[in-house]
Amino acid sequence: MGLQVVKETEEDRLMTLSVGPQHPGSGHFRFVIKVDGDYIVYCDPDPGYVHRGEEKMAEYRNVIQNIPHLERPVIHDSNNITYAYSLAIEELMAIEVPRRGQFIRAIASELNRQVYTLYWLAIYGIFLGHSTMFMWPAGDRELFIDLLERLTGARVTHAYNIPGGVRNDMPQGFKEKCLSHIAYFEKRLREYEDIFYNMPLFRQRTEGVGILTKEDAIKLGVTGSVLRASGVPYDIRKVEPYDVYNEIDFKVQYMKTCDSFARSYVPFLDMKESCNIMRQLLDKMPDSGDVRTKLQPNPKGPPGESYRRVESGRGALGYYIVSDGTPKPYRVKISVGSFRNMLALNHLLVGNKLADMPSIYWSLNYWPVEADR
Amino acid sequence: MSYTESFRFGEFIGSVLWLVFWVLIIFSLVGLPLLFVVLFYVPLPPLGDTPLTPYLFLTMVVDPTRTVPIIKFLIHTDLFRVAAFPGFMYAALIAAATIFIERKFLAKMQLRYGPLYVGKVEGILQLMADGLKLISKEIIVPAAADKPIFWAAPVAFVAVAGALAALIPVAPGWVVADVDVGLLAIFAILGFFPLITLLFAWASNSKYPFIGGLRALHQIIAFEIPFIIAALSVVILAGTLNLTGIVESQMASYWFVFFLPISAFVFYISSLAELERIPFDLPEAESEIVAGWITETSGMIYGLIQLGTYVKLYALAALFVVLFLGGWAGPVIFPQEILPGYTGEKIYNPTTLSAIFWFTIKTFGVIMLMLLPRGISTRIRIDILLHTGWYKLIVLSFINMFVALALIYGGVLGPGGLLVR
Repeated sequence: MGLQVVKETEEDRLMTLSVGPQHPGSGHFRFVIKVDGDYIVYCDPDPGYVHRGEEKMAEYRNVIQNIPHLERPVIHDSNNITYAYSLAIEELMAIEVPRRGQFIRAIASELNRQVYTLYWLAIYGIFLGHSTMFMWPAGDRELFIDLLERLTGARVTHAYNIPGGVRNDMPQGFKEKCLSHIAYFEKRLREYEDIFYNMPLFRQRTEGVGILTKEDAIKLGVTGSVLRASGVPYDIRKVEPYDVYNEIDFKVQYMKTCDSFARSYVPFLDMKESCNIMRQLLDKMPDSGDVRTKLQPNPKGPPGESYRRVESGRGALGYYIVSDGTPKPYRVKISVGSFRNMLALNHLLVGNKLADMPSIYWSLNYWPVEADR
Repeated sequence: MSYTESFRFGEFIGSVLWLVFWVLIIFSLVGLPLLFVVLFYVPLPPLGDTPLTPYLFLTMVVDPTRTVPIIKFLIHTDLFRVAAFPGFMYAALIAAATIFIERKFLAKMQLRYGPLYVGKVEGILQLMADGLKLISKEIIVPAAADKPIFWAAPVAFVAVAGALAALIPVAPGWVVADVDVGLLAIFAILGFFPLITLLFAWASNSKYPFIGGLRALHQIIAFEIPFIIAALSVVILAGTLNLTGIVESQMASYWFVFFLPISAFVFYISSLAELERIPFDLPEAESEIVAGWITETSGMIYGLIQLGTYVKLYALAALFVVLFLGGWAGPVIFPQEILPGYTGEKIYNPTTLSAIFWFTIKTFGVIMLMLLPRGISTRIRIDILLHTGWYKLIVLSFINMFVALALIYGGVLGPGGLLVR
């Protein structure tokens, strides 16, 4: 028996890296990647670390009791995730929301979109090693958290949207406070642009990286800012206006470069546009009136089904609810933007460098907890 | 209630007095007996002709006119030079100050407070608390690690950084090792860092340190060449490799940064890359490879590597000052006499003291400049980094080498040049 010669196979050159769930660049999520030198040749997303069975839990509670736990998957955007739920329940039970309630809902959802996007942006900054871009948005997020606290009484988990309207009316002086915070925030947005988006090193890293073409984006079914960054001007607020959004004049922000930079810049443009929307909402809002329709103590509607969706911070967020006529919903299914955007991860990472992994991954506007539900 | 609102000056003074009281008590109960014990057992050095006895030594300590020669004798020993002033303690003190300044500076930039509570005043003792915490932590060695190298590499890292600091002249005559080829010695010592990094990364036997170590190797090799060429143009102007000689030739004409701005820029960028600071912190890129080559460090192993990094930061900033900003050159700002009418032996040399002052001030200026990118910059990607190092910086540094040659052969600088005073 002599020495046996073993030839080096293609597989031997690869190094397998498990990114997450304890990796600083992953969140509550894991993806296994294989690198050949500095290039990623294989990627396997592995979600499910924070699955909480929200959909099943919703079948054991009545429609009002469902609200506080249905907002858990994405507490930074809790008004949007309960917005779609309330819309679907209202459709099932044929409830009409008072006009002032509709406006307050829209304002709360826009405020929450800012909170979410700032949080997302902060993490995007630190993923690229820019610690100032972590601290600034995380600090400015307090502006909107403060407003939401005045409005709803809680900093993050608001449970504010309920079928029939909103929980309580606006406090006095809210409108003025909101306008002043928006004015300050728009000034800060220009500073973000100077220190982050216009910085040559940031542009070098993100421009032309992780191209998701228009055809691929549509084929993979991505949504929200990722879809808009690929050149598709698709926003639920525009194509399927809910509540008062058809009275608001706003542009759908999109870019045609399809790269990581576009995917990071579109949410920023959305924040700018959201300030504009909030101003119009505050302007057009009726000064007095009911904010919600009184429901029965244990509301129930006729058997049936409904599907309603809203534009959340991460894209289209839809609820499919089936009712069998009892106070508890028969089935609740949530379609979230995060999960749909995650499907593009594999497509984008393969062929790129390891150093581009954080910038591509987080540009997908993915929130692991929401994707797992 | 916030910290600034609850701050009472009286309470602060009271706590300081309380601290002084306890220090005095402990000193007189423990320190003084220990001093006596030590004095009776340790042979004292002869002072001039008279042999020092413990009794004589103690009387001298009490008599100020006789204390001065003792102190003078002590600060001219080699041990003092290596351990304290131009050597390790000075470097480590500047490193400690740098860490604190970095944290406060970055915090102000990012609209937050930074260290605030430890030490009452703006958290000045935060570093001490962090050091104690690191010392008290368990050191976890990976099971499959190459243990001798894993333990040796952090110590070697600090030692090599200290060796770098030993070559820097702080004031005329105040340098640990005044070698004729000082600059060459510095490049030779800098060459050890990628080796130590790679050894430590390999010894950790883990994937992320391995990638980080390879990145460090690529990066340091790519930036070593523009680094050396940028320094070479200074050598052409000064005509010597001795660092003291380089400073003296700048004092004879003007600071070299006015003649060689591009070299200074290239040197600054390359130093950032050598130091693995943002935007060149790829070997420690957190979101990609956890913590790079220091992923497996814990406790004081991590502390040693941080200490080494900051001593290295001091050494490279000081080297920038020596090469481009005229070293200790500056006006004498300390008065010749400390007390009017004092006729005893001179307590200090005002020229040396102001030289040290200017050197420290300039070094801190350069250190601040090196800290700045951390607040305003993202991390660069490895291919862009290598492209920058191999193509752009080398070409840029050559430009100023030709400028230096032109200045020498045009008779502007060099022996008997136009601008030489």
